[in-house]
Amino acid sequence: MSEYIEIDPKEDHGHHHKETFITKYIFSQDHKMIAKQYLITGVLFMGVIGILMSLLMRLQIAWPEEPNIIFEFFLGKWAPNGVMDADIYLALVTMHGTIMVFFVLTAGLSGTFSNLLIPLQLGARDMASGFLNMVSFWLFFLSTVIMVASIFVEAGPAAAGWTIYPPLSAVELAQGGSGLGMTLWLVSMAIFIASSLLGSLNYIVTVINLRTKGMTLTRMPLTIWAFFVTAIIGVISFPVLLSAALLLIMDRSFGTSFFLSDIFIQGEVLHYQGGSPVLFEHLFWFLGHPEVYIVLLPALGIASEVIATNSRKPIFGYKAMILSILAIAFLSTIVWGHHMFISGMNPFLGSVFTFTTLLIAIPSAVKAFNYITTLWKGNIQFNPAMLFSIGFVSTFITGGLTGIILGDSALDINLHDTYFVVAHFHLVMGISALYGLFAGVYHWFPMLFNRMLNKNLGYIHFWVTAICAYGVFFPMHFIGMAGLPRRYYTNSNFPLFDDLADTNKIITGFAIVGGLIQIVFLYNFIHSMFYGKKSPQNPWKSNTLEWTASMKHIHGNWKGKIPEVFRWPYDYSKPGYKEDFVPQIKPMKKGETEY
Amino acid sequence: MSTFFTILILFFIVTAIWQIVKIYDLTQVNTVAKDSSQIANDKDNKVNGYLMLGFLIFIYVITIICFIRYGDFPLMSNSASVHGSKIDDLMMISMVLIFFVQTVTQFFLYYFAYKYKGQKGRKALFYSDNHKLEFLWTIIPAIVLTILITYGLLTWSDIMNLDQDEDPMVIELYAQQFNWKARYSGEDNALGKSNVRLIDIDRANILGLDEFDPNAQDDIITTELHLPVGKPVLFKMRSQDVLHSAYMPHFRAQMNCVPGMITQFGFTPSVTTADMRETPEMVEKILNINNIRAEKSKELQEKGEEVLDPYEFDYLLLCNKICGKSHYNMQMKIVVETQEEFDNWINQQTKFKNSLIAQK
Repeated sequence: MSEYIEIDPKEDHGHHHKETFITKYIFSQDHKMIAKQYLITGVLFMGVIGILMSLLMRLQIAWPEEPNIIFEFFLGKWAPNGVMDADIYLALVTMHGTIMVFFVLTAGLSGTFSNLLIPLQLGARDMASGFLNMVSFWLFFLSTVIMVASIFVEAGPAAAGWTIYPPLSAVELAQGGSGLGMTLWLVSMAIFIASSLLGSLNYIVTVINLRTKGMTLTRMPLTIWAFFVTAIIGVISFPVLLSAALLLIMDRSFGTSFFLSDIFIQGEVLHYQGGSPVLFEHLFWFLGHPEVYIVLLPALGIASEVIATNSRKPIFGYKAMILSILAIAFLSTIVWGHHMFISGMNPFLGSVFTFTTLLIAIPSAVKAFNYITTLWKGNIQFNPAMLFSIGFVSTFITGGLTGIILGDSALDINLHDTYFVVAHFHLVMGISALYGLFAGVYHWFPMLFNRMLNKNLGYIHFWVTAICAYGVFFPMHFIGMAGLPRRYYTNSNFPLFDDLADTNKIITGFAIVGGLIQIVFLYNFIHSMFYGKKSPQNPWKSNTLEWTASMKHIHGNWKGKIPEVFRWPYDYSKPGYKEDFVPQIKPMKKGETEY
Repeated sequence: MSTFFTILILFFIVTAIWQIVKIYDLTQVNTVAKDSSQIANDKDNKVNGYLMLGFLIFIYVITIICFIRYGDFPLMSNSASVHGSKIDDLMMISMVLIFFVQTVTQFFLYYFAYKYKGQKGRKALFYSDNHKLEFLWTIIPAIVLTILITYGLLTWSDIMNLDQDEDPMVIELYAQQFNWKARYSGEDNALGKSNVRLIDIDRANILGLDEFDPNAQDDIITTELHLPVGKPVLFKMRSQDVLHSAYMPHFRAQMNCVPGMITQFGFTPSVTTADMRETPEMVEKILNINNIRAEKSKELQEKGEEVLDPYEFDYLLLCNKICGKSHYNMQMKIVVETQEEFDNWINQQTKFKNSLIAQK
């Protein structure tokens, strides 16, 4: 453990001197450039598409019968005379889910911040394998291209929901989108998973091997803990989805019957015999549920770091925070069945999964209480990142609490697949993770681009987004409790739900404002990238290592030696120091105790 | 032409927002020239601190509005099945619990954010750990959840483990893109064997029954689901093509229909359709819906389109698992009636053996 090799940056990186445009900006192996590539492809590009799709859906739900020229413009032949096609509504549902969950909140979030922060906060010159890292990004880029291309397929993109349950996704006769659109979806996801695995392995190896001198596991910032555990969950669960995707490809193209049996469709009996769609549901949710935490944990990590820094206080219960991350990660792999209470599996399994699911509430509660206690008697600096982090804790609580209802199998009977579920997961993983993402961008923008984002635009962005997020998703719980099923193209065939139409219009109103206000963020981002104020060395007066690195991006991150670490990263407002922060590189005084 | 205008309008809207932001951005440079660091100062902390308090109030207000507007909880009272009230009770307890926790934790979160907003020169309290406190808020949720889990599991096993001694009436719910069929098991209370490979549309054997199975002879296939009140029913679910889900919200019942597999769900309907229409909650709800429909009809009439019929309440079976293009319109009417009415109705239906068309 005590043997650390000092690398002379000149020697190690000498061969990089002649950088061409291509090696610097395109096929870059530098983790900071790769982080930026993920941010721009995963978050900005795919994020805009995902939000746009959600707005089209909301317009359709609010004004189902009326022709809408917006549809005609965006959907073309799929909205003849401005009336959206029912199949394409389902395609929008599917693609919105896929893009948001996988591309924006998995690759975008983890890809950006794990890549940026793992080497910088650990004191490493780069990722363990820069080459794998580059391959990982370009595989991700390829999967993005395929996924976006699938939108333009003749018969429409995949439309079986982001969960792509067979037989709907497997049998082309069942749905237009189950043809080439679904094939591309599966191919894109297979490549995506390969990319994600390469990335995750790289993160794990880097965290284990490349910590600088003094950076013990219990001195790592909570961001790194979160990214580390996220990567582990990814490595455990993503291969299972890959296997499910491969088996589904076989069922679709090579006539096997893993997931299909006894199907009679459009006047013809298909040859499938002996398979079970429930098997696919098990395989899918074995990833699908951990996926929620793959999305959420990085946001938790970012919020921990931002809240501690901006409260000018140590994060309360550092070790409890680590333990709860580990507990959540462990539990996340044994709760997948709560998506399947009414799938036809044995009711006894339902009992087991109810038990494990509700256990997750305990570490989650510990986290929420610890965040609130961190604010207590702090000296809170309301930088935009801090606003988003507080917003994160708020939506995490609101969305998490309804999980207690949905995780309870007896109650799920009646709420399964209603808008209550939509409201729940959008708040707890959608909005929360997005807030974590925004918090990260506002906090580390100086690190990414060496410039500052405009704070006033950040304030406008947060407050309008926050009001719209609650405006959209809070009433949604209630229309769910009124029994309205999700994924309905229109509710006008059910007079029973006529009294919910008004609410749906209000929700759409909030959604449109909330969607459009993201332009403020886009403007702020793009403008500040080029014309923002130059950032000082450590703008937020943070303790972590990345702020000691060169703000101008250089290979190897630090000019000269890698810094050594002497303390945990949360010595804010420590008695005995004049400044209210004590960077990790500051040696302990005599008699000073850690934590 | 309209497409062109749409592009133009959308382009203008986006540009307008962009430009407004840009103008705002530019004005900032002059007014706050003293502090252009883009790091929060005391003024920002103060403003945002108060906004935090305001947002707490916003959350409370939106909660109250939602409860007033939709707080009759159509799915938490007025259940039409025997087990439904158990689910409703559990739901009510869970709702009260999460409502309490939500109100309190959000209060502390936003109140602390407001109270401890930063000031220059103040130092925060160095407070990194308190094992007693952490133990407390690990153990309290643990105890509360233990109670909730136990209660939930008892309810769940109560609902899912059917009492076979009750001799429930067996009915098959058969799902296909995009409609429902019900198959009554007839006097023998046993469903005949079936397989999609036996489907013969020409002979009207639409559910693929085995015509040589004695149990199948008296089976009755219908497009409406009638149930006698107070009699336990055991539904056997089957699907011929893709996944569907039989969702009967008023009975607090739902189960997926899986091709290649038979799933089941049982309950006892406790309120007839006629009685349900008379309950004050339902009368009010239907009145409200009909007012909305009347207003809509007026608009339609002006446009010269057909007006909407007034709505009369009926129980419904909805499809609640994405199943393709017309998923949004896959429904079946459920009628709960007295045993007498039920017997009358079922006697008018054709038995399977009589419904087959003879082969030419």
